[in-house]
Amino acid sequence: MQASDGLKSMVRSPTERIIDFYPAKEIDLKILVPVKRVIDYNIKVRVKADNTGVDLANVKMAMNPFDEIAIEEALRLKEAGVASEVVAISCGVTACQETLRTAMALGADRGILVETDVELQPLAVAKLLKAIALNESPQLIILGKQAIDDDANQTGQMLAALMGWSQATFASKVVVDASAGSVTVTREVDGGSETLTLTLPAIVTTDLRLNEPRYATLPNIMKAKKKPLDVIKPEILGIDVIPRLTTLKVTDPAPRSAGVKVANVAELIHKLKNEAKVIA
Amino acid sequence: MDFSQSEEHTSIRDAVGKICAQFDDHYWLEKDRAGGFPHELHRAFADGGWLGICLPVAYGGSGMGITEAAVMMQTITASGAGLSGASAVHMNIFGLQPVAVFGTEEQKQRMLPPLIAGREKACFAVTEPNTGLNTTQLQTRAERVGDHYVLSGEKVWISTAQVAEKMLILARTTPQDQCSKPSLGLSLFYTSLDRKYVELCEIDKMGRKAVDSNQLFIDGLPVPVADRIGEEGRGFEYILHGMNPERILIAAEATGLGRAALNRATRYANERIVFNRPIGKNQAIQHPLAESWMELEAADLMTMRAAWKYDHGEPCGADANAAKYLAAEAGFEACQRAVMTHGGYGYAKEYHVERYLREIMIPRIAPISPQLILCYIAEKVLGLPKSY
Repeated sequence: MQASDGLKSMVRSPTERIIDFYPAKEIDLKILVPVKRVIDYNIKVRVKADNTGVDLANVKMAMNPFDEIAIEEALRLKEAGVASEVVAISCGVTACQETLRTAMALGADRGILVETDVELQPLAVAKLLKAIALNESPQLIILGKQAIDDDANQTGQMLAALMGWSQATFASKVVVDASAGSVTVTREVDGGSETLTLTLPAIVTTDLRLNEPRYATLPNIMKAKKKPLDVIKPEILGIDVIPRLTTLKVTDPAPRSAGVKVANVAELIHKLKNEAKVIA
Repeated sequence: MDFSQSEEHTSIRDAVGKICAQFDDHYWLEKDRAGGFPHELHRAFADGGWLGICLPVAYGGSGMGITEAAVMMQTITASGAGLSGASAVHMNIFGLQPVAVFGTEEQKQRMLPPLIAGREKACFAVTEPNTGLNTTQLQTRAERVGDHYVLSGEKVWISTAQVAEKMLILARTTPQDQCSKPSLGLSLFYTSLDRKYVELCEIDKMGRKAVDSNQLFIDGLPVPVADRIGEEGRGFEYILHGMNPERILIAAEATGLGRAALNRATRYANERIVFNRPIGKNQAIQHPLAESWMELEAADLMTMRAAWKYDHGEPCGADANAAKYLAAEAGFEACQRAVMTHGGYGYAKEYHVERYLREIMIPRIAPISPQLILCYIAEKVLGLPKSY
């Protein structure tokens, strides 16, 4: 907050030449960060007896870890004086307010909940986020690359397509050049790393190694209680969120078969050569 | 009646849980073997602003209730940090409440911020070897000499004295035979623990090796009058103020550790295959664990009720004592059942539950014995004659 206030005061000062380098639009660099409420990553997932899904009754829920990384990156940009505001958004049931409070306890300035009891699929979320983005006019939307519950890895890409914005997925490094109106993103790809420069506004999705998210401090948890949290319904936004995909069946992964013990290195080599056939 | 989890409590559990996750089972196993105060954990909680959870906002605290502090302490023990983790910060959470309530503005400014920021640690020096729970009989003397007092005497079971810069100490300023009531004549001081005048002897003990317990031999410790909290002679009353909150916190710590033990036992019962099936399929294994779950939940409800009453300014003596009794017993049962569920491995340190069993003895014994709680309930709640 201090950093961005500092930047604003610099811009306001008529005597400073620096005003030439910071045209009005950059000090308004707002970042939207969608956060999803998912089953806590520490919890052992249990499939419902009727195979219709995962049992979420009385299970600890938490913010999707990739979204925590997205929040962290947005906060770092704000603390560096690059961004002016970080807005967290969640789509889903009323309890998603908890996830938004967590985002605000970490440092997001305010929260928006698009509240619905309908099961949301990536396309519906992308449409909802588009509606919010058109209203909020952010320069940057940072999303987790995927949620750990459905592992869909689609929302960011769909949102970019719907918005007609550039996208850089699986970011391991993000550098915003506000004066140039661009963001340079390093991506982790199979062959190594790839660096892209995108013109703002843009979509970035985060990979695991982008940063290490901070913990909420108690004073910030207290402050988060007073931050604004708006709740709106999909109908108000005019978005149809009815699922297009039907889940047929959810089952446990096949149990791993037991391993074998080998008596010595010679036997191991023999088995690797002749049974597993992984070495020649 | 609202039993739903508040958003705030969920935030506290999450945030405290994340700090604790940095200190894994291996960390505590090693602390239990080699000892050494968990300074890193204390620092992490100080940096996150947690040490001032119950202290006033004006001095850097967060001004929350004992309910929130109980949620915090329960999360610490439940992480597997047990009493080693909880005791490293426990004193900070409520120990300085007498200063916050009865201290002068100058004292609060001087004493609270360094504690909340984690720059200073404090210990709580009340218990004496010759008085046990009969606190009004304390013998440590504080003699007024000009602008200071001179303290001499012995204290025992003083946790964290090895690492503390400060101590909150109760000492006799008026001989008991000159007092109109037995609860008068004791005064409270928050002062520097000057090793020139205080000899510390660490007590080798059953569990919680990382957080020291000590016998203190105090010989002529000069204490400025400015370090006396409140009026001379009324220290016992000030200390009483913190007793119910302390019982509530201890209760929350006990159920937290009980849950850690129950989790381990359940996981092991599900995974351990004997006679071609998980041992958890046997009712002899299942039932004690199910019983422990119920006992821990019930104790937790009593703890939360006591905390709620305290935070709403209602008398909570019976609730706080009952919570501490129920929680410690439920925690103990859970820990010993966890050891038994593990069979031989439960006796091995690398399975952690034997450490829990040694640590859960602390909330059973301290700060008050289960027997004296029964006496209290019999006398104060049921109206039976005082038995001691």
